[in-house]
Amino acid sequence: MKAPLPPGAVCYNLGHISRIPRGEGRTYRLQDRLIAVFRSRNEELFATQAHCPHQGGPLADGIIGDGKVICPLHAFKFDLRTGAPLGNSCPGLRTYPVSLDAEGNILVTVED
Amino acid sequence: MTRKQRLVVIGNGMAGARLVEEIVSRPGGEHYEITVLGAEPYGNYNRILLSGVLAGSYCPEHIFLHPLSWYQEHGIRLHAGRAVTAIDWQGHRVQMADGDWESYDRLVIATGSSPYLPPLENLLREDGRLIAGAFTFRTLDDCQALLAYSSQARRAVVIGGGLLGLEAASGLRQRGLEVHLVHRSPHLLNLQLDSVGGAILARLVSEQGVQLHLGKETVAMLGQDRLCGLRFSDGSELACDLCVIATGTTPNIALARAAGLAVKRGIIIDDDLACSVPDIFAIGECAEHRGQTYGLVAPLWEQARILAERLTDSTSRKQYTGSAISTRLKVSGLDLTVMGDKEPAGPDDEVITYAEPTRGIYKKLIIREGRLQGAILLGDLPGSVPAARLVQLFHRGDPLPANRVELLFPCNGKNQQAVSVAELPDDTQICNCNGVSKGAILAAVRAGKRSLKALCDATRAATGCGSCKSQVQELLVLACEGEVVEDPSVHYYVPAIPLTKPELVRVIKERGLRSVSAVFQALANGQEDPTSKAGLASLLKTIWGKDYEDERDARFINDRVHANIQKDGTFSVVPRIYGGVTTPEQLRRIADVAEKYHVPLVKITGGQRIDLVGVRKEQLPAIWKDLGMPSGHAYTKAFRTCKTCLGSDFCRYGLGDSTTLGIKIEKRYQGIEMPHKVKLATAGCPRNCSEATTKDLGAVAIEGGRWEIYVGGAAGSRVRKGDLLCTVNTHEEVLLYMGRFMQYYRENAKYQERSYDFVERIGIEQLRRVLVEDAEGICARLDRDIQAAVEAYVDPWQREAEQPVTPTQFSEALEATPISLGAGN
Repeated sequence: MKAPLPPGAVCYNLGHISRIPRGEGRTYRLQDRLIAVFRSRNEELFATQAHCPHQGGPLADGIIGDGKVICPLHAFKFDLRTGAPLGNSCPGLRTYPVSLDAEGNILVTVED
Repeated sequence: MTRKQRLVVIGNGMAGARLVEEIVSRPGGEHYEITVLGAEPYGNYNRILLSGVLAGSYCPEHIFLHPLSWYQEHGIRLHAGRAVTAIDWQGHRVQMADGDWESYDRLVIATGSSPYLPPLENLLREDGRLIAGAFTFRTLDDCQALLAYSSQARRAVVIGGGLLGLEAASGLRQRGLEVHLVHRSPHLLNLQLDSVGGAILARLVSEQGVQLHLGKETVAMLGQDRLCGLRFSDGSELACDLCVIATGTTPNIALARAAGLAVKRGIIIDDDLACSVPDIFAIGECAEHRGQTYGLVAPLWEQARILAERLTDSTSRKQYTGSAISTRLKVSGLDLTVMGDKEPAGPDDEVITYAEPTRGIYKKLIIREGRLQGAILLGDLPGSVPAARLVQLFHRGDPLPANRVELLFPCNGKNQQAVSVAELPDDTQICNCNGVSKGAILAAVRAGKRSLKALCDATRAATGCGSCKSQVQELLVLACEGEVVEDPSVHYYVPAIPLTKPELVRVIKERGLRSVSAVFQALANGQEDPTSKAGLASLLKTIWGKDYEDERDARFINDRVHANIQKDGTFSVVPRIYGGVTTPEQLRRIADVAEKYHVPLVKITGGQRIDLVGVRKEQLPAIWKDLGMPSGHAYTKAFRTCKTCLGSDFCRYGLGDSTTLGIKIEKRYQGIEMPHKVKLATAGCPRNCSEATTKDLGAVAIEGGRWEIYVGGAAGSRVRKGDLLCTVNTHEEVLLYMGRFMQYYRENAKYQERSYDFVERIGIEQLRRVLVEDAEGICARLDRDIQAAVEAYVDPWQREAEQPVTPTQFSEALEATPISLGAGN
């Protein structure tokens, strides 16, 4: 049994992992919040805010690799694990805990 | 946990300190316990700025690179002011002047050099020190003693008309002294300049108030306790109360020689920077590599960088193969950059000169086998190609423009900078795409960004359209006083794989690598690099054609959904309208689609097409189906469009049928992948209404039923008239030569290199030789390969509208369901 969620946290089922092709990302709507979820070629999952803090580019459309995402609009780069900006002075990305359940569904926990 | 390796560095000058800095900043540096033994009782300072201290433009405290606290912060033991007296290489230890021993696992000798003292009568006192009033100019102590003494001196003489002597003379002149410069050779800087350049420099130096005595050999110092004059070999004398000796340097090799290491002029090192005994390396001015010792800073730093890499990364096989030398004279009011050879080596060398002696301008270039082999650039000539650009061509060994005048004077609108960036105020915006000021760029250089790539990455300057790159390079050279680091990655096709495009193509073919992930697996230890993916995908498609193993994640979003992403995340849809010729029926269909899908903006493009802007990703497949038109590829690095003028059917000036030709071109080459976007045009007469001469490829009809084919035109962030490749008689020949050029461009251009940069890099004469005269015998093969690409073309819209590559290819936001709430909800 997993540890209980902290107060105010919500866990979402994002559906089966096969909806994200390997090496790509997709945007998900979690009630009124949009997030980006990425599935790396080596089957790691990452979840971040959906839009780039620079000018709002859709991060799920970015190229990923080596735990980084490149925003499709102006090529700003971020660390997918920590959300930290890489080589730019933007604020970092908000990241979310993400995991897979036994059936291969993506689970994302949102606090606050 | 293994014991840390003990690294001992003898010498805390420019080379030793840089080595330590490089080691601690690299992964693997933490495996070393570093001890630095420096003879001078300071932290590390920038010796090349000593002439600035002398001139009063720098305070001594401003030239320190690393204060003593830096060594503490990085856990480095610094023994400043503790000289080493012996090396026991069998015992792996060194001895200090106080008798203590220090053991090492690896030892680096960076003892530098000492001023060479000519055998002058009365130069040395009985205690072996210089006569009062005579100085060398090498260390901060020298500089400070000289400054203190100069305050009571009136007439100074500098012996030696090399770089250091000139800088010392200029510095003393700026301190208000009467300054004479005595030089043995008949012209100044005789190692770096030819006699013409030396004569012009002599005039400029004289105009700055330095009195020159050329072709004079000093033989004696005059004076009992203190210096009062000099005597020359011709018997004449010159009264003075201060003298600076700047007659060259001698590598400090006594320690190494006594220890039994191989030495000649310097300590002998091989390409691994290793000495003749185990675990000892030498770098900097004390080292001799392939018969060469170096006295300038750039080679020292190159050696330090390579040795640091070797010491921190046991898998590195990096070798030092020698340095090409360029330097800039640091004298205010004098602009002199020299590099490489000053004279031709044989009758096959080209020599290009431009001289305006009365204005103090002299430019001389030595060209060997199409590469810049040496240059003298004296004097500031507004509007000329910046010295920094030539330094870059020299160090990279880039091929030169066939039109040699472009090496000195920019043509076709390239680099036309009325004022040098050096003269601009700090708040001037240099990068107009990302809003980066001159001040921000200079600050980044001072903070250690010494290669163009590191500087652009750090500031984002020149990362937009790239047209300011030459100015950024110029600022880099300006701010780092000749310490520019050449980043080898600028030659790589993609950053993650240290191979140029031809090398990479060869390896990919040899090993049969057909997908982007296979390339990472084989050539990058399986490490993905997101910045390299799209470039590799483009290259693999060009190499393998239909045998390419497509991985959609390696594509930029535009190529995943075949539309151009806009700032709000929507897309633009441009259907193909061959040659800009449409029909009422086609226009009606486009209008119907625009209404049905509530397209926010319908726009006529510059390429004679219609753009549906603001389309949501999810709408794309349905819009493509409803349009029933092929993709216009207005979103990718590929053949885009061929703009046409009316041509001969209706236009009363038309000489050739440009419309039919444009349609034929577009039908044949539509959508073929290229290193960058390629836009074409055909013009029915030389009035050039379709602007064919400023397109990547253009055909212009001329009288007599002939067509001129232009390549490498530009009308974007740069404007450039294309070069005439050839003139032909028929539409079919236009198609043939255009296709041949495209295939050559696909194979040889770097990723994201536009045709106009490519044409300038290769040179139009070379292109004519290869593509028209078939000098390399590859034309038939190029024609075959572009034909294969034409045949492999499939319209992506109609294919993927029916059958998406993945179920969520065009999804915007997927739904999720809340499944559990935390306590308290």
